[in-house]
This record gives sequence, structure tokens and C-alpha cells, in this order.
Amino acid sequence: MSGIDHARRQILAWGAAMAGVTLAPGVTLFQLAQGRPPAEPASKAVRWGMLVDANRCASDCDACVTACDKENGLSGARTPTSAQWIRKVTLTDLRGGPAKSAPVMCQHCAEPPCVDVCPTGASFKRADGIVLVDRHTCIGCRYCVMACPYQARSFVHEPVTDQKPEVPRGKGCVESCTLCVHRIDRDRIPACVEACAATGHKAILFGNLNDPASEISQRIAQFPTTALRPDLRLDPSVRYQGL
Amino acid sequence: MTRAEFTRRESRWFWALLLLLGLVALTGFAAAHYMEEQGHIVTGMNNRIVWGLPHVFAIFMIVAASGALNVASIGSVFGKPEYKARAPLSGLLCIALLAGGLAVLMLDLGRPERIVVAATHYNFTSVFAWNVFLYSGMFAIVAVYLWTLMERRMNVHSGRVGLAAFVWRIVLTTGTGAIFAFLVARQAYGSALLPPLFIVMSFAWGLAFFLVIQSAVYAWNGGTLPPDVLRRMRNLLGLFIASVLYMTAVQHLTNAYFARQVAFEQFILFTGGIYPVLFWVGYVAAGSVAPLILLYHPRLGGAAAVLAASLLTIAGAFALLYVFIIGGQAWPLEIFPGYSASSSFGDGQITAYAPRLPELLLGMGGIGVALLIIVIGLRVLPFAPDDGLIAAGAATGGGA
Repeated sequence: MSGIDHARRQILAWGAAMAGVTLAPGVTLFQLAQGRPPAEPASKAVRWGMLVDANRCASDCDACVTACDKENGLSGARTPTSAQWIRKVTLTDLRGGPAKSAPVMCQHCAEPPCVDVCPTGASFKRADGIVLVDRHTCIGCRYCVMACPYQARSFVHEPVTDQKPEVPRGKGCVESCTLCVHRIDRDRIPACVEACAATGHKAILFGNLNDPASEISQRIAQFPTTALRPDLRLDPSVRYQGL
Repeated sequence: MTRAEFTRRESRWFWALLLLLGLVALTGFAAAHYMEEQGHIVTGMNNRIVWGLPHVFAIFMIVAASGALNVASIGSVFGKPEYKARAPLSGLLCIALLAGGLAVLMLDLGRPERIVVAATHYNFTSVFAWNVFLYSGMFAIVAVYLWTLMERRMNVHSGRVGLAAFVWRIVLTTGTGAIFAFLVARQAYGSALLPPLFIVMSFAWGLAFFLVIQSAVYAWNGGTLPPDVLRRMRNLLGLFIASVLYMTAVQHLTNAYFARQVAFEQFILFTGGIYPVLFWVGYVAAGSVAPLILLYHPRLGGAAAVLAASLLTIAGAFALLYVFIIGGQAWPLEIFPGYSASSSFGDGQITAYAPRLPELLLGMGGIGVALLIIVIGLRVLPFAPDDGLIAAGAATGGGA
């Protein structure tokens, strides 16, 4: 059969070319962004962390807090019942000295008490060290709020509106800083870190604690830093400098 | 109204009581529904005091539930016939209080409709998850225990099942105390003393609740408690009240011994506004010393005094739990030792809490559920103490 169907071959070739043109930019962009493919689970090789430098944190600045509110669709209210995933704490040394300031958020402990006490397993730690709440299995018992030594968790007291598609929230569930996991998975840094850098303070450094060459690891190796409540030995992923 | 008239109209009074308790329970459910619709914003709870008045009611009922079973345990496990005649009532109160307490606890959840999730997803490092098994197991064991007590052919097994129920209830109260004992970062909690303290509290509160219901049952039926039984139960209640007082004193003294805890102890015992008042006036004076006087004063100690002492013990229990649960959360977490801290999220500040109507109604609804179960149970099955049988049993040498 000599009759090779040239027309059909041509259609297939054109089809392949079209598919290539359609997919190529996405693949290229994906490679450029070095994001983790959605099907690939978070890896233990990475441990995301932050280093907060209290000496660089300006007491009159709350750029990290407002950036967090905007990124995660929080109302920005500062009442005892409003959700506050990150807060600026003003600290005065009881022995004297100037007041200091530092942001406090979920410390993403390696040994998180919230995960230990959660009856349904809704509070969990991802392989890369990020502590999250599964909003589908949280029953709103608030035991994790009781157990967290850092008062990092908020209970949603009211119906929520204007939610961000990437940050689902819901009345009656507990929530806290996700380390902007939706950004990290696309190789972007957390909103608070970005906002702090934009002000020029650069008080929050974000990076991979498991990579000895990363800037955060080098800084921790070079300068004295501390965890909050180190006596509890929870090994938080957030460390503080200048406290 | 004379006794004869009451007897004639007794049925009507029963239905009236049932209606009243039903309304209390229904109001509680309505309050829970309102809380679920609006969110916990309609309660006095906030991000600092996340467990409020409903937990005071729930934990009282759960702790008292295990204690109420003690009367049966003393009968079956320790072989006291006066108590054995009261074992069925004791088991009924245990189930009723547990049901009431768990109803409040579940309806106060942020997502009460996800109770199926709680029943199908377990994290075994969580004391709450253990308690799901301990509470449901308690219902099952007490149900079997009641069967062995009330079905004559099963009587031979009541000793062994009673022992199992006794062990289970000790573990259950340990679990309830451990909810707080495992909170390492909170100064009010995180003490190994809490499980034994909760066990002793359950002895006192469960017996006090039992004595109140027993008085009501005797009054309703126009009977009087045999003086010997009254004397024994009175002495036991006194012993339990004194034990709770002692354990509470030890808990605060050990806490006050640690320099880092002194400020908290000063707050909760002296400077903390409502909390020291509730502790000293509510719990110590009205809830412990007054009942002890009522029970042991040479001129007192009669049925009315025992009833008053029991009611005061229960009131003192609520005062103590309010101080323990809410006062304990009001004190700020010490996140930055050596610094004084302040923030928009209440760091370094004592948190204010004022309970609001929906939470009170929910808590009362739980009590309504418990009393409803008790009243219906007493009506349909022979749960009421039968002292006639005791006399016969004692005469024939049986009864243990």
C-alpha cells in the first residue's frame, strides 16, 4: 500500500506543533519559577524557617501585619475575637534598656503541641516543617489554642466573607499562620517577609533551615539567636535575634 | 397540700416536672443552635479565653458523673449492703451526668455538626481522642453494670463488672484531669497533681449530686432516709470535701513554691478580682467550710443539713471550676521571660471575660438533659433505692 496519507500526517504534525506551542511557555515558566509540581509532596529535605531580627524591627511599623491580613483575607480588626495570624509585640526588658519590637506568629515547631493535642488530626505538620490546620477535619474544640505556648492560633468567631481562593477559612474552625504555604509552593516568599523587605527594614529572613548554605542557616550559625520559650524544647522553625 | 392529695395528683406533677426539664433542655439546644449560626461571637469567649462557661458546666458534669458511680462501687466492690441498694440509682446518675456533660461539650464545638469527624478520625497522641473512647466505654460498662444489678439472673456478675466499672471510672477521671495536666505552657495547668485532684473532686461532687437526687426521691415518695445510711453517707461526703480542700491547697502551695509561678498564684488567690472572691468565698467558705460545719456540727447533720451541705458543695464546685478554667486562661502566657510584653493580641495582659446568656443557657440545658434522663429513668425502671430489700437481705445474711 503505497498511498501514504500525507494529509493525515500533516494534520498530526500540525497538532503536535500546536500542543508544543501551547505547553512550552507553561513548562518554561514552571522551570523558571522552580515551583514544586502539584503532584509532588513536600519534602523533608527542606525545612522552611524564619529569622526575626528584633534590632531591625521598627516599633512603629506594622507592614508585616497588614501584608498578612491582605494576603490571607483577614479583616484586620484588632479585637479579642478577631483572627490575628501575626502580631507586633512590644517588649520592655524588666532590667531596663530601650523597648524592642518583634513580630510573633505560628512558630512552626518541630514538636508542635497543637498537633499532639488535636483529637482529629486536623492540626498537622507538613514534611517541610510547616504546621497547618485541615479545615475539613477541624471540629473547633480549641484544644490547640489552649496548648500553643505562643498564643499563635485564632478561632474564627464570626462568619467570614471575601475569602481568598487560596486561603480557605471558615467560622468555627481554628487557624493560624500558614507560612504563606500557597506562596512557598510557587517559590514565593511569605507576604510578611516580602513586606518587611519592601520597607527596607529586612527584619525577617526566610529560608531553608536544612540547607547549610542558605542565608538563614549562615546567619544562625554566625550570630546568637534564640527560640521563644526554648525551655519547652519544641524546636520552633522561627528564631529570634537581638532578644 | 397534704401528702394524700399529692399522691393523688402525683402523675400530674410528674408530667409538669418533665415539661419543665424538657423546656430547660430545649432552651439549651436553641442556645447552641444560635451559637452555631452566629458563631462564638455571641458568647463571652474570645481568642484568649477559648473555653468558657459551657466548659465549667460540662467538666462539672463529667467529673461528677464518674463520682456518682462511687456509691455503686462501694456496694459492689467493697461489699457494703447499704450502698448496694443505691447502686442502680448511682449508675443512672452516672449515665445521665455523662450524657449532659458531653452534650454541652459537643454543642459548644465550633463545628458541632462535624461530630462524625470526631468519631472517625483519631489522633492517638491527643487526650481528647482517648477521652472519646473513655466516655463511650463508660456508657457501655455502666449499662452492662446496671443490667447485672437489676436483672436477677445476672446478679452473680455484678461484682466483677462493678470492679471493671470502678477501674474505668478512675481512668476516665484521670483522662479528664490530664486534659489540663498536659498543657505544659500554661501556668495554671501543666501539673501532675491535676489527675489525682480531679479524682478526689469527682468523689465529692458525685456524692453531693447523688445525695441531692436521693433526697428528692425520698421527698417525692414521702419516705425518710434510714438514719444509719444518712450517717454513713454524711461522713463520707465530709471526708471527700476535706480531701478536695487538702488537694487544692497542695496544688496551690506547690505552685507558689516555684518563683516563676508566684505572680500567677498571687493573681488567682489575691489580686485577680472575681477569681479570688470565687475561690475564697465561693469555693473555700461556702463550698467547703460551710458544708463541713453542716455535716459535723453536733447540733446539725440531719437530713436537711446533709442536703444543704450537698447543694453548697455543688455550688462550690462551680466556683472552683470557674476559677480553674477561666481564671487560668485569663492569666497571660509567658512567651518572653524577662520582658514585659504588650500587643494588639493581648500579650502580657489579663484577659477579661463576661459570660453571656447563650453559654449559660447551653450549660443549663446540659443539666436539664441530665435531670430529664434521671426523672424518666426513675419513672420507668426500679432505680430508686429500696431499703426494704436491704433489711431483708441483711436478715438472711445476703445483700453483698
